Amino acid sequence: MSRYLGWLLVAFLGSVPLWMQDFYFLHVLITTGIFIIAAMSLNLLLGYTGQLSLGHVAFFGIGAYTSALVSLGFQVHVLPDFTIGLAPKPAWFAMLAAVAVAGLTGYAIGKLSFRVRGAYFVIVSISFAEVVRLVAVNWVELTQGPMALNNIPALTLGSGPFELSFLRKPEFYLLVLAAAVVCYIVIARLVNSRAGRAMIALRENESLATSVGIDVTHYLVLATVVSAAIAGMAGALYAHYIRIVDPDIFLFIYTVTMVIMVITGGKGTLAGPIVGGALFGFVPEILRAMEIEPELQWVVYGVLMILVVYFLPRGIVPAIGGYFSGRKTAETADASSTAAETMQK
Amino acid sequence: MSASAETILSIEHVAVNFGGLVAISDMTFDVKRGEIVGLIGPNGAGKTTAFNVITGFQRQTSGEVLYRSHRLTGMKPHEIAKLGLVRTFQRTSVFKERSVFENVLTGLHCSGRSSLWDTLLQSRRERSSEHELADAANEILRFIGLERRAGEAAGILPYGEQRLIGVALALAVKPTMLLLDEPVSGMNHAETARFVKLLEKISASGVTILLVEHDMPMVMQVCNRIVVLNYGRIIAEGAPSEIQSNPEVIRAYLGQGKKRA
Repeated sequence: MSRYLGWLLVAFLGSVPLWMQDFYFLHVLITTGIFIIAAMSLNLLLGYTGQLSLGHVAFFGIGAYTSALVSLGFQVHVLPDFTIGLAPKPAWFAMLAAVAVAGLTGYAIGKLSFRVRGAYFVIVSISFAEVVRLVAVNWVELTQGPMALNNIPALTLGSGPFELSFLRKPEFYLLVLAAAVVCYIVIARLVNSRAGRAMIALRENESLATSVGIDVTHYLVLATVVSAAIAGMAGALYAHYIRIVDPDIFLFIYTVTMVIMVITGGKGTLAGPIVGGALFGFVPEILRAMEIEPELQWVVYGVLMILVVYFLPRGIVPAIGGYFSGRKTAETADASSTAAETMQK
Repeated sequence: MSASAETILSIEHVAVNFGGLVAISDMTFDVKRGEIVGLIGPNGAGKTTAFNVITGFQRQTSGEVLYRSHRLTGMKPHEIAKLGLVRTFQRTSVFKERSVFENVLTGLHCSGRSSLWDTLLQSRRERSSEHELADAANEILRFIGLERRAGEAAGILPYGEQRLIGVALALAVKPTMLLLDEPVSGMNHAETARFVKLLEKISASGVTILLVEHDMPMVMQVCNRIVVLNYGRIIAEGAPSEIQSNPEVIRAYLGQGKKRA
């Protein structure tokens, strides 16, 4: 049932370019869509394994830079008289490379920080993002530093009369939608499987998980790799859409935005990052369209966020789900938990 | 219990120090296949530490633990669990936000046959594996008597039922030996009686059991043999009747007041 609703939603979203000619609106949909993909990837870590990665934008940025560099080509001096270089490659190849490199980085980070949990994992992830940002700023020969990588080619598939270009917004919008659907399916299948149960077990009770034979480190690394690869994919889409990448892509505020999307939408739910991402992707644009003072826009944004977190602490999606499953279960739940408490006394 | 039964678990001169504090000074005992052994002692005697060492959650300072001729020293908890040596935890230990069914399904992790690619491609093996796991989970829930609770979140169930979920999780690992840490503490008489029945059923299915418990009547009733720890060393070992009349055991308990959970 909900599956058909999902495909209906995809079909509706796919029809948008047919009746919506406003390119500014499509632009908002595209950037929001890219952020939703990134938020979905963060949700795999934060919502399912329970590990807060506050450096998640690093994977996004690595994806963007990798895709930009592979499609532009580069040449760097590793030693004074030794250079390595790469001739420009097609954009689709660059994007796949971005997914692979981001995934590999995720593997390295997962392996390096596998001992640390909670606050320590947060610190490792923040430091990692900062290190990557500093590399992007300072390794001018590779990244052009603050001058940014310009003229990143648009994605084209096929050639000659069959060439399909994603230069225009309607096509790119459909590309983002398709990528989002693929990422959603990958994450949905993963979290509803044996591997997903292992990840949730790590979140819920790590000692208990290991006691039933689950190698939690393995599944934490797996989640990090998949999450990083998807974030890298989002970054690659961003690079070939905006077609300029500079070190500001690693700004902490982007990670925070993703975290806000996941938390308000409902972490640990598949629809959460989509709902949260749509809400906080559109709100700034709606406020701008309403011609509210720019300073006030951020105040409204902040107040809205506080309201959601205060009144729906588990997020919008679980709140809606709870409303539909009715009050009856909630009451029995209360009754039995009070019974459990009395027993413990 | 035949005297010739093979030794399944042997703890050899295990010592654990936390800095200068001696949790276990020198512990040596064996458990034979099919036995129900009780590990008792006053609070702070080192019982839970012993469990943690055996199951790999705590590294011993010296000594060896052997399980079916595997040296367990240096093995990770999940590796030890895969050998069939499975523990439960003191107090409640469940995946609170998940349903009872999902809890058991999580416990069946090692029985799953699907790889990552099976999962992502939703292969036939993925579906058949998930089917098998669901059937196995239902069977365990029936065995433990929780089938009517399958759909409820584990965290909201009464205390006694949460303890049963802990046992169901351990059984899902297909243990050859079960370590139960205070399984009936906080249970009332009726629940304890029901739990003892379950324990006997588990034992009859061929699972060796080592349990830590403060409920002396329960321990005396179910155990074939009892090991008494005090201040990190074994002060007595034998059949329940011998332990009850052992003067050193009585001294150890009366010295701190007789404990009943």
